[in-house]
Amino acid sequence: MADARGVLVVAELVQRRPSRLTRELLGLARRLAREAGGPAAAALLGDAGEETAQELIAYGADAVYVAAHPGLAEYHSEAWTAYVAHISREAAPAAILIGHGAAGGDLAPRLAFRLDTAVATGCVEARVEGGRLLFTRPCYGGNAREVVSFRTPPAVATFRAGACGAASRDGTRRGEVRHVLLDAGAAARRTRVVERKRDDAGGTRLEDARVVVAGGRGLNGPEGFRLLERLAQLLGGAVGASRVPCDLGWCPRSWQIGLTGRTVTPELYIAVGISGAGHHMAGCGGAGAIVAVNTDPEAAIYRDARYGVVGDYQQLLPPLIEEIERFNSRDRQAAS
Amino acid sequence: MRVVVCVKQVPNPEIAASQFRVDEQAKTVVPVPGVALVMSPFDEQAVEAALRLRDRGHDVTITVVSMGTESARAVIKHGLAMGADDGVLLVDPAFEGADSYATALALSRAIGKIGGVDLVLAGRQAADWDAGVVGAGIAEMLGWPLVSFARELRVDGRAARVERMLDEGTEIIAAELPAVVTVSNELGAPRAPTLRETMRAGRKPVAVWSVADLGLETGEVGAQGARCMRERLFIPEKRSRCEFVEGGSPREQAANLARRLREAKLV
Ligand SMILES: Cc1cc2nc3c(=O)[nH]c(=O)nc-3n(C[C@H](O)[C@H](O)[C@H](O)COP(=O)(O)OP(=O)(O)OC[C@H]3O[C@@H](n4cnc5c(N)ncnc54)[C@H](O)[C@@H]3O)c2cc1C
Ligand SMILES: Nc1ncnc2c1ncn2[C@@H]1O[C@H](COP(=O)(O)O)[C@@H](O)[C@H]1O
Repeated sequence: MADARGVLVVAELVQRRPSRLTRELLGLARRLAREAGGPAAAALLGDAGEETAQELIAYGADAVYVAAHPGLAEYHSEAWTAYVAHISREAAPAAILIGHGAAGGDLAPRLAFRLDTAVATGCVEARVEGGRLLFTRPCYGGNAREVVSFRTPPAVATFRAGACGAASRDGTRRGEVRHVLLDAGAAARRTRVVERKRDDAGGTRLEDARVVVAGGRGLNGPEGFRLLERLAQLLGGAVGASRVPCDLGWCPRSWQIGLTGRTVTPELYIAVGISGAGHHMAGCGGAGAIVAVNTDPEAAIYRDARYGVVGDYQQLLPPLIEEIERFNSRDRQAAS
Repeated sequence: MRVVVCVKQVPNPEIAASQFRVDEQAKTVVPVPGVALVMSPFDEQAVEAALRLRDRGHDVTITVVSMGTESARAVIKHGLAMGADDGVLLVDPAFEGADSYATALALSRAIGKIGGVDLVLAGRQAADWDAGVVGAGIAEMLGWPLVSFARELRVDGRAARVERMLDEGTEIIAAELPAVVTVSNELGAPRAPTLRETMRAGRKPVAVWSVADLGLETGEVGAQGARCMRERLFIPEKRSRCEFVEGGSPREQAANLARRLREAKLV
């Protein structure tokens, strides 16, 4: 890969459409490719087909490498690593960008080692400086940030949501679609998915929510989440949590936001009974505005918050909900 | 069954942000007096996962391996006090400045040298650089399957049966042994060493291996063998601009907050 050029994005789909994070990565890939030279390409694995490939082109890919196989529709570590490594060798990019989730977190490091190169995980920024690619990532539980470069191409990196604005869609864009066929071989059969359990998502996906209402240890039990759910529903948002309530079983595990949880970038993040540890803020620091509700006026969360309310959430949230309901009914009256 | 658990020594990750310092010139973290060096929390849970196999009646020999300075002996001792059988400490000035690649290389060689290993456990990420790379690197270097982010681990004949975290749920993976599994906090709390195990730990063997013992050259490990370079290390600036919403009563505070959010078009 001595003459590595361009940038490759590994696409992640939500209901057969490129996820918001993938659209952000396509935007980032276009910018990096412009500065470093070469095309922006995407790898599309699964059974989504031609229409999805065209979507990736509309969002910025110059070329899409399609591995159409129903067995690749869900992430499978061995098979995905084999396919993406194969596509990477063919595309020979200078950088490979992958979303920082349960799939990307598994795929990216394996891919890097298979391609005999390194990886930067959980990045929040990438740029080209003096012809070199530089990646910025939080470390030490969000207390610090490091900027890293690579000695070996390609640079493999996973990104948190919000590292870059999503690319805008342009249906007139044209690109090339290449089909990839590979026998992932015996290695792929060493692991087998026995069972998959999905938390019933119910409402809006955390990553796509405009408003996230998150609860922490300060809720003092699972009942507090009912109040948070009412507020979230009222605001058309989703409910999240710090790690503590997830570990204590007060809420589903998948609600965890933070360094080892999900990364959200809503316009409004309402943190209730959350102290604001760096580990948690790593997953929500990119929110447009943070509202903190906490009994402790010294809580670290107020350093990240735009609005702070000091007090007991059990006394503050019910009147807040009533007040917003009043706004909403006034809006409805005005509209009719 | 032989299980190797990779454990790293890190500064206590629960340190208050206000205490945390870096040396931007040296691109290193400044040790804070009074902040203990501990076994990285996910690695402690990886040791716990190995011990639970024994609790379920499997005949397991558990070896804890750490690459670091002589001080890392303390995390090996901690693993032994939790119930592991023996330890391997990789120390050599040449290991210094390793990135994930150079670390995985040294650890995979150590695993090869131990021999007859059926299962390697690592933390999902070390709580210093938060990389989450080394476990996968070991799997690739050994050519073994990888299952990451485990919340539960069982062994069933010649396969590991792992429940792993997904973004919105979990899945159960059956992986042929030998395999590498990385452990997530969802596994649950690690056990504390008992007095009895702590006493016994003093008598358990700890081998110390250098670069040469692993059959590697000094140019392949540590900073020289690294493929990632740290260009900068800094503490992100926080521009505190919090507006505290006051009120004579919680009801009034809530009403004022609602009004402010409405003015800002956030609700
Ligand atoms: C390696 C590592 C990774 C981690 N990853 C994550 C992660 O991904 N996500 C994550 O969230 N954490 C993570 N953590 C844990 C993190 O360090 C903190 O321990 C955790 O975020 C604290 O959760 P909390 O704010 O809910 O609890 P606490 O820190 O206990 O804070 C509770 C807050 O609630 C307030 N409170 C109490 N009662 C009330 C009330 N009635 N009304 C209003 N406020 C009240 C208190 O004043 C306090 O500020 C990680 C830790 C480590 C070591
Ligand atoms: N120096 C080390 N010694 C032993 N194990 C390590 C070392 N570095 C990393 N590991 C293991 O690899 C996991 C992931 O580390 P990292 O990729 O650095 O985040 C850790 O949780 C450990 O289990």
